[in-house]
Amino acid sequence: MKREQPDISGKAVSGCITLNQGAGMSRGAATVGRRTAVPFWRDERVLKVLAQIAFVVLVLAIGLWALSNYRERGLKFSFGFLDEEASFDLAEGIAFSPTDSYARAFLVGVVNTARVASLGIVLATLLGLVTGIARLSDNWLVSKIASIYIEIVRNTPLLVQLFFLYFAVILKLPQLKVRDEITAITLPGPTYLSNRGLALPWPRPSESFGSWWPFLVVALIVTVLLWILRARGVQRTGHPSFNFLWVVSAFVTVPVIGWLVVPGNPLVLDVPVIEGLRATGGTVLSPEFVALTLGLVVYTGAFIAEVVRAGILAVPKGQTEAARAQGFTNGQILRLIVLPQALRVIIPPLISQYLNLTKNSSLAVGIGFLDLYAVSSTMLNQSGRVVEVFLMIMASYLSMSLSVSLIMNVVNRRIQIVER
Amino acid sequence: MVFTACGQQECPECPPCPEAGECPPCPEAAECPECPECPEVSAVGGKRFQLIKDRGYIICGVNQELPGFGYINPEGEFAGFDVDFCKAIAAAVFGDATAVEYRPLVAAERLPALQTGEIDVLLRNTTWTLTRDTANELDWAAVNFYDGQGMMVRVESGFETLEDMEGATVCCTTGTTTEMNLADAFRMRGVEYTPLLFESTQDTNTAYEEGRCDGETSDKSQLAALRSAMANPEEHVILDVTMSKEPLGPLTAHGDNKWNDVVRWVVWGMQEAEEQGVSSENVDQMLSSDNPTVKRLLGVEGEVGDSLGLPNDFMVKVLQQVGNYAEVYDRHLGPEGIDIPRGPNELWINGGLIYPMAWR
Repeated sequence: MKREQPDISGKAVSGCITLNQGAGMSRGAATVGRRTAVPFWRDERVLKVLAQIAFVVLVLAIGLWALSNYRERGLKFSFGFLDEEASFDLAEGIAFSPTDSYARAFLVGVVNTARVASLGIVLATLLGLVTGIARLSDNWLVSKIASIYIEIVRNTPLLVQLFFLYFAVILKLPQLKVRDEITAITLPGPTYLSNRGLALPWPRPSESFGSWWPFLVVALIVTVLLWILRARGVQRTGHPSFNFLWVVSAFVTVPVIGWLVVPGNPLVLDVPVIEGLRATGGTVLSPEFVALTLGLVVYTGAFIAEVVRAGILAVPKGQTEAARAQGFTNGQILRLIVLPQALRVIIPPLISQYLNLTKNSSLAVGIGFLDLYAVSSTMLNQSGRVVEVFLMIMASYLSMSLSVSLIMNVVNRRIQIVER
Repeated sequence: MVFTACGQQECPECPPCPEAGECPPCPEAAECPECPECPEVSAVGGKRFQLIKDRGYIICGVNQELPGFGYINPEGEFAGFDVDFCKAIAAAVFGDATAVEYRPLVAAERLPALQTGEIDVLLRNTTWTLTRDTANELDWAAVNFYDGQGMMVRVESGFETLEDMEGATVCCTTGTTTEMNLADAFRMRGVEYTPLLFESTQDTNTAYEEGRCDGETSDKSQLAALRSAMANPEEHVILDVTMSKEPLGPLTAHGDNKWNDVVRWVVWGMQEAEEQGVSSENVDQMLSSDNPTVKRLLGVEGEVGDSLGLPNDFMVKVLQQVGNYAEVYDRHLGPEGIDIPRGPNELWINGGLIYPMAWR
């Protein structure tokens, strides 16, 4: 504060000059003289430079000190170990065998974290949006249920929730089978739910998939074109030139035509079968994956709900009233009037929720899910390369978080332009 | 900076000599050759035995959560197979088995605690491996338990060998040699399996108990201990398969051979006592035995105690207050304890691996 004083007095004095010009002159000159006479240890510009130099020196000193410690202990800094055989086994995500390298093991972790984070972000957004709107609902029951969910989840630690979800809920599900008898919860499909995970039927591409996928691409292009055309119509005339259903049907019919044209079925439904000790075929979501994704979605969803609620409340009430006066239905008000304006407020805090979800996924280590951090901690235990592995962990989370915020900032900018 | 202690003197001026005799050029080249004469001691290990004697009790690093080996009993005292060896060492040095301060340590802390001199001896089911012995600058004194990695499964699964476990999920604690041995064992047999890794032993065990895994792998002794603490121990069985060698024993910091000698000869003395049939019950009668080995063991004849820097009758104190190897084993690991068959931990004369060195 003290450093700013010369500035303030300078301004005050120059104010004086304009008021009583002649008499003030000498005092003004005196002020200038005093300003140049500020000793360098109180001169803000000098101090700023000095502070910068001191900071650089400090950083360099710490770096050199760390380096000399490293040398003194005869440690070598090298990422060479990444090519070595890992000789441990990982069983989640992309294929891995003990003969694969450490680098491959790390990739397994990165892919698993990306899987959880991307699925988690999508589901948490949906949950948060619905709950946020529900909390503002006029329906007493709906809004109370939403508040209870939000308050409970927001005010207990995520790790506790994850442990509870994994050990007390998911592992308490029935066994897959007991004495050759299937005891898992069987849903139509067939879908098996047990404490060995969720086995789902899953489409697998067959031989003719190669000639079918161009139809999918065409469908996508046609849909996008129709969407743009429709939006142009709205802009020009205020009415959509054709029904929204046309867009949907275009998206559906083109692939269906392709399905009929192409010989054989391009996609075959792979059904899970319980064989020996496990379910094979279809796709099996491990209990750890389910617990982590569910835990992150429920936790982050509660925060997003509050963000959404804040955004909606930030839209002036007059907007809703005006829309209602013009005969919009409640759904239309929300979709066309309130949400587009609320988004401007929602997006920036939403970005940090997405980043939180991505980083919180490292709690997976507690429930046996092989995310980036869990794999890395095995790597550093077995290779002893602590510094290198931690640098890799930090770099990976940093680049993941930065890509999330990059995408979201682009979205943010597009939405903010609407503002007048 | 390396300060090398030369007897009482310190010679910090001298640059560290990389090889004995090959002295780097330094201004005081004439004074330098004194340094290579320094005995190769680490700062913490050098005079450990004297330090312990002056202190009046030993500081023993132990486990506090492994039933049978090192745990806190209902009376709130440290107890177990490894803990009894701490007591035996204290009895040998001070004639008092209670002259021990216990330091409970988790796996990751145990080696640094010894390296930094926080504890005198580590008795915490620690496997004797080459890297730990050399790179970590530690010295094992002896082996007091021959262990091996095993596999625990449910009785109803009907598994008898690892080959039966095709497609099984196996729970395992991460960051140990266990997970590598597991991968090796199944790969060698060409059996497909799914590992599930947890950070803490507790979580690993809970996941297995809840039926998330078909098997749990760890050291056999540890599996036996975990099994004994389960709700229905009789529903689980430890397969008769050994995936790796795990020799466990007490260890001291590198560099103090005198102290290390004391620890190893107490362990071997207890084993020798079993071999000679001397126990806590008959040790007083055995003092008048005609058997020359027994006489030497109990210090009636010879001067083995003096050469170790201990009272000549130190084994009498050990046997009176703690007992011989078999007594300690039966107390904690036998049928009245967590019930691990002696197997390789039988005396060599009974076909086991326990073979104390010659007491003479």
